[in-house]
This record gives sequence, C-alpha cells and structure tokens, in this order.
Amino acid sequence: MTDIYLGADRATDAEAAAVDEALRDRGVDAVVQSETERLYISGRARRLQRRHFLLPALHALQNAVGWISPGGINYVADVLGVPPAEAFGVATFYDLFRTEPPDHEGDTFHVCVDAACQIAGYDDLAASVRASGGHVHLGPCLGQCERAPALFVQGSGGRPDHVPADAEPFALPQAGDPSLRLLRRIGVADPESLESYRAHGGYEALQRAGEMGADAVLEAVAASGLSGRGGAAFPTGVKWRAVAAESGRPKHVVANCDESEPGTFKDRIVMEHDPFAVIESMTIAGLATGAQNGWIYIRGEYPLATARLQGAIDAARAAGLLGPDAAGTGHDFDIAIWRGAGAYICGEETALFNSLEGFRGEPRNKPPFPTTHGLFGEPTAINNPETLLNVLDIILDGPDDYRTRGTERSPGTKLLCLSGKVGRPGLYEVPFGTTLGVLLELAGGVAGTGELQAVLMGGAAGSFVGPDSLDLPLTLEDTRAAGTTLGSGVVMAFDSSVDMTDVVVRIAEFFRDESCGQCVPCRVGAVRQHETLVQMQKRGSLSPSRRALIDEMAEVMVDASICGLGHTAASAVRSALSLGLIASAPS
Amino acid sequence: MTGAATITETAVTITVDGQPVEVAEGSTIHAACVQAGIDTPTLCWAENLTPVNVCRVCVVELEGSRALVPSCSRPAEEGMVVQTDTPRVRHSRRMVLEFLGSGVDLSQAEDLHHWMDVYGADPDRYSDEDHPVERVDEPVKVQDELYIRDYSKCVLCYKCVEACGDDAQHTFAIAVAGRGFDARISTEFDVTLPDSACVYCGNCVGVCPTGALQFKTEYDLREVGEWRPEDQTVTRTVCSYCGVGCNLDLHVQDERIVKVTSPSDHSVTSGHLCIKGRFGWQYVHGE
Repeated sequence: MTDIYLGADRATDAEAAAVDEALRDRGVDAVVQSETERLYISGRARRLQRRHFLLPALHALQNAVGWISPGGINYVADVLGVPPAEAFGVATFYDLFRTEPPDHEGDTFHVCVDAACQIAGYDDLAASVRASGGHVHLGPCLGQCERAPALFVQGSGGRPDHVPADAEPFALPQAGDPSLRLLRRIGVADPESLESYRAHGGYEALQRAGEMGADAVLEAVAASGLSGRGGAAFPTGVKWRAVAAESGRPKHVVANCDESEPGTFKDRIVMEHDPFAVIESMTIAGLATGAQNGWIYIRGEYPLATARLQGAIDAARAAGLLGPDAAGTGHDFDIAIWRGAGAYICGEETALFNSLEGFRGEPRNKPPFPTTHGLFGEPTAINNPETLLNVLDIILDGPDDYRTRGTERSPGTKLLCLSGKVGRPGLYEVPFGTTLGVLLELAGGVAGTGELQAVLMGGAAGSFVGPDSLDLPLTLEDTRAAGTTLGSGVVMAFDSSVDMTDVVVRIAEFFRDESCGQCVPCRVGAVRQHETLVQMQKRGSLSPSRRALIDEMAEVMVDASICGLGHTAASAVRSALSLGLIASAPS
Repeated sequence: MTGAATITETAVTITVDGQPVEVAEGSTIHAACVQAGIDTPTLCWAENLTPVNVCRVCVVELEGSRALVPSCSRPAEEGMVVQTDTPRVRHSRRMVLEFLGSGVDLSQAEDLHHWMDVYGADPDRYSDEDHPVERVDEPVKVQDELYIRDYSKCVLCYKCVEACGDDAQHTFAIAVAGRGFDARISTEFDVTLPDSACVYCGNCVGVCPTGALQFKTEYDLREVGEWRPEDQTVTRTVCSYCGVGCNLDLHVQDERIVKVTSPSDHSVTSGHLCIKGRFGWQYVHGE
C-alpha cells in the first residue's frame, strides 16, 4: 500500500520531460521515490518539502502539451508527493490551465473583455484573431489597459508565452519630466543591463542601507509615512518592523506582482522597464526585516516582466548583489520567481501564499497576519513593486525629503494608471494631492465626445465618481472622505458615449468569475448580483425591491466575506447606481 | 481540533451579549457562546474537525472589527466584546442561509431549517418566472453499494475534504476543484470512487450536514419513501472487528441496520470509523 494512490494513467515522455526540466531549473531532482522509500520517509514530510513546486510543474505540463492530462497529474503527484485529487483541485483553479484535451491546435489568444478593452472594442480584435485562424479565449483584464484592446498569447507545444504589443517601442507619456521620481529611470536606463542601472544610481540605496543597518532602515521607512500601494494602504514601516521583530524561524520577503485589478498596469511597466529597482528594493527589505528568502509571485500573463526580472536576478547574483553576503551587506538574500496562472484572487496576500505553496489560491482568515504567519506559515513582509520602489528614494534622500512631496497623511508620489477615454492613456506619476481634473488634463483630457460621464477609481474593486469630482485631491484621506478610493491607482475615464450599463454588468460578471468560491457570501452573492443586473439590463429598469436586494447582498458581502474580493464586489455597482449611471427606477 | 482548549492554565474573559464569559485561553468565540448558553448556527464547523470558517453562518459582531468575524475559528481574547444578535449579525446569517438555499437543495439539511425560520430566510426571492437563477443541478452519483454523492445538495462546507484528509483519514481522495460557483468536491478528473484513492471509510458521509453524501441504504429507502428516522432505534455497541474498541451506533429500522455512525465525542474514534465498522454489518443479518 502506497501513501499516495495513483490511477492507471501514466505521463507521456514529453510530459515527464517537461516536468523534469521545470523542476531541475529550480534545483529539484525529479526522481520518483520507490514505494519502500516513500513508506520509510513518509508522504507528509515529502509533501511539505516539495509541494510548492506544484505550480511550476503544472505550468510545464500546460506549456508542453496544451493541457494537464490525467497521466501528467499522476506524474507530478508521484514526483512531488501531492495527492492527485489535490493537484487536480489546484489545476482547475486557474484560467491558464486546461484539464481537458485542447479542442484546437496551436497557441491560445487571450483577449481581455474588461472595461478598458470593452470600450476600446475587444470584439474587433477577437474577430481579427479568429479570422487569421487563432483560437480566442475571452477573459479578464490582462494589465495592458493603456493599449486596449489587450491580447496575450499563451504558447503551446513548448513555445513561450508572449504579448504582441511588447514588440512595439515604449515611451512614458511623461518621458523627460524632471519631477519623476519612481519612474525616472524608465525609458532612460537599459532594463537588461546592470551596468546601465548602476550608471543611473542603481544599487546606491542598497549600499547606503548596508551602511545604515537594519534598525536605521526601519526607522527611515517608518518616518517616511510610506503606505502600501495595492489598495489597503497599510503602513510599510509597521509591517517591516513586525517582521523584523520575529525571530527563530525562516523569514520571507514577497513581492506581490500578481497585479490583476482591472485597469491596473503600473507594476507591469515598472517590472518591465526598471526590473533591477524591484530586485534592489526587495534586497533592502530583506536586510531590514532579517529575511533571507525573496519571492516574486508574478501573474502568468506578464511574460516580458518575468523575463526581465529573471534577467535582473541572474545579473545581480553574478555580481554578488544577491546570494550569500549580498552586496557586501553581511546579509544573505536571494530571490526566486513563481508564476501565477490566471486568478485575480491570488493578488490577495494570503491567497498568494497558498497559491505559491501549491494549494488552491483561497484566502486565509486573518488574523493571524502575514507578519507572523505568512508564506509557509512563517513571518513575511509582502509588498508590491510600487511600494518597494519608494524605499529607494527614502533611503537615498531621507524621509524628510520624501515628505516634501504629497500631503501630510499621504506623503510621496503615486503611480496612476490612466486608461479609457483619455487623450494619452498610460502610466503617470504625480505627487499625492494632485486633483483628478489636473491629472486628466495631464493625460490629454477626455477623449471621444470630450464630455466626461464618469471615472472609475481604483478598478473593479473601486468605485465610480462623476464629473463633479474633478476637484478631488488624489490622496488617501480625501478619496476616503469622498467615499471612493485610489485603490491600486486606476483612473479609467468614460465619455458620454459609453453605455455604462454594459460596463457595470461586466464588472459584476468579473467578480462572479473571479470569486474563489470558498465563502458563501461571495460565492453566491457575486452570482446573484450579476444575475440581478443582467435582469435589469434586459428589462431596462430596476424595480425598487431589486434595488433594495442589491444593497442587502452588498451588506452581507462586505460584512461576512473572508477577504477583500467579497468586501469590494458590490462597490462599483452601488456607486454606479447612486450616481445614476445605470437604470435606477422603472419608467 | 475542538473549540475548547485542552490547556486550561490561563483563562480569558470576554463579554458576549452583555454577559461576562470566562473561557480557557485558546478557546474560540463560539466555545464561549456555547458556554454562555447562546445558541449559534454552524454549518462548516464540527467538534471533530479543524475550523475552516467558510460558511460564515456563525458570524458575530466584534467591537473594533470592521467586518463581522467567524465565531467558530476566532480565538477569544481578553476583553473582547461580542454581540451575537444585532441587526448586522441577523442580516448576514439570514443572507448566508438564503444564498445557500437559492443555489442548492437544502431539503435534507434538517439542522438548517430551524435557523432559516429564526432568521426569516426566503431563498425563493431571488428568482421569478422570467428570471431563473443559477443552481447546482447535477445527477446523483451512484457508483457503488456503500454511499452516494448528490452534489446538488452540496454547500461546499469542506467537511468531507477535511475528514478524508488531514483531520481523520489521510486518504486525500477528494478535494475542491474548479472555482467560484462552479467549485465542486471532486476526485481527480472526476474519476469514480472505486477508481480513486477512496478507501470507503465513510467518514465523509459521517460529517456531511446536508445529505449530499449519503449511505446507499439511506438513499435507497428515501427513494421509495421508506426512510423513517422517527421509527429508528440507535444501539451503541463496540466494533467486533479489531481490538481498537471503536464505539458504533447502529441505526435500526424495521429490525434491519440502516446506518452506522460513531459518536463524535468518543475518545477513540472522534466520530470516525473504517470501512469494516462503517459498512461491514451485513453478517448481522446473516448475509
């Protein structure tokens, strides 16, 4: 009797070779233990030791043969010591994995159907891909909203994934603006060259941090008032200090690069065009918190960013800037990249940990918090690239200089993702406190009819504001007071020609598709909310009882869901209703 | 595994609905509610399983917390002030029950019927004639003579997955597959149970709160309208197969065993059995 029961299906040579190679790349010997060895060593120890290689192994199968077959699952189960039912449960969690034989030859063309691509006409793009014989998969936001409609090509037969638009020349809308801080190297330094990064001030911050020591770095980050840029705005200094205070267990720094909030593409551009800055700031986080293990969890739809980050890690390691005694700081620190596979929820920090560990990307209940029980249940500092990048200036120029930009309660600058009907969509950096109107003007004003109907702030999890909000200062405190949010920095404009009902129904569908299904309020609530809006769209109106029902559903999702996805799933819908952007009463 | 802590050196005092309750450190809010005599609905919680806090029917209001918290898993901390019967709590509990009832068949989830009455849950209000709502609607899986799976009754409480996995059997034959409303309890690639790792301990059936997992004997009797719990006797005995000493509860109807369970507070079994104790009783009837 074995500890793991496998059915009769066996992997093909191609499947086994693909998994072996993926594991070998990560330093894992893909040897299958004999039954006796397994009984002796025990399945549980092996599971704990190797489970986190499940996601890379599944990626290898999907890429090699276009799906994850029963034989492939059994092979992975055998090598990693994961029960096949659980491996199947993980594989079926992700959009980029198929567990049925592909019904088409060749690559899969993922076309985004979320708001920015919806109003840019994704259906024309899908039609043209189909006309040239490509297999189209319509799916959620691909993080390319500034160049909507977006396309991501998932390779098969061993071909790599790619984004056709990555081949086009890149320039920031604010290129050359001397006030740029976080974006100042983008389009200036060569993202594939460590020498170029160093020539533009790279690795000076790490050197300074090494001289200052961990306590002084923590003090500077806390004094700067830096807060997380993913939406929750948690003070980074508090988070880092909590991890630094933990001892006796391995600790981790995780870069949350699973940017999936519809309308958000800031971290992608940072990672693609300034990858060394992400690596350097993670290394500083490791030094400050005493963590030796760095992890980058990046969404699967970002192949260029993944390649550039890997190139940066390799170059930094070769130069002694990662690894034992990284950059001569006396601190050991290294970084590994794990790719997500298409699941919005994995941007939620605890879902990300589960996903990286090889479990379903279901959020954990908090408390306990990641600072004490994070990745592998160990103390973890998790930040996104934008947050991390701020640390470089805080170290180099000091917290006082940092606070000269922005406001007292929202110090620093903010990256904002301008998309939709604006003249020059793209990534912008402005000091906190810049008004929405000034920002829109900076981005070339309202395009299309030129008449602003609404702005989606913070993405699908955010809320709509109307044209009367142009004077709103973009700070954490002012947006909160106005009942909206900066969220992950989404500013998506809709001109008067856009049918907002289509947009809002799609947002509701997005949450229906992306709910992980773990807790009842979100799993069922997101479905019932979408159904209610579809019914409204068909009838052209919303009865008072259905309008009340939306509020009742929203209340339980906010109050009783496990994580932020459920908490915010009704936010944009309700704001659209209260602004009168969609049908509100029977005619 | 249970809500009550085993180490009782330190006690914490929390306030539940205005009354102070002293519980051992590490106890959950739910345990404090039980101690205070406050009846709290639960669905995914069981005393013999690790809390997964997914159903959210046990949520309570905790002073200082923005959202409601699941009482089944949240440890009681000194000075906590908890409310279990506020409008917010009642609303969330009602909506959770409505949501479940709007999507799956709760006709055999007898424990929930009481709570649906208490909170006035009306699962039918989401649909009308020209607006049917999505429901889980799947044929019953009858793949052997021991138990059936009817996922149109499944509330995804994870209890069966836990019983099959780390909390009892360590067989890992089933897991949650898919995502969102399409998530289902499944073997790998939905292979039949005989083709899976299943060892037929029946512990998943033992913990299922809705009848989604059912002993074949019960299922067959229900199909012909002959399942009569009110006419059944329950006889406690000790399993005769090996020397472990598992307590068995033999459920007998019309002088035939129709189901075997084990008390969840039994020190040997914690309610869990193996295939022999659970299903190997035909010899009693000379078969």
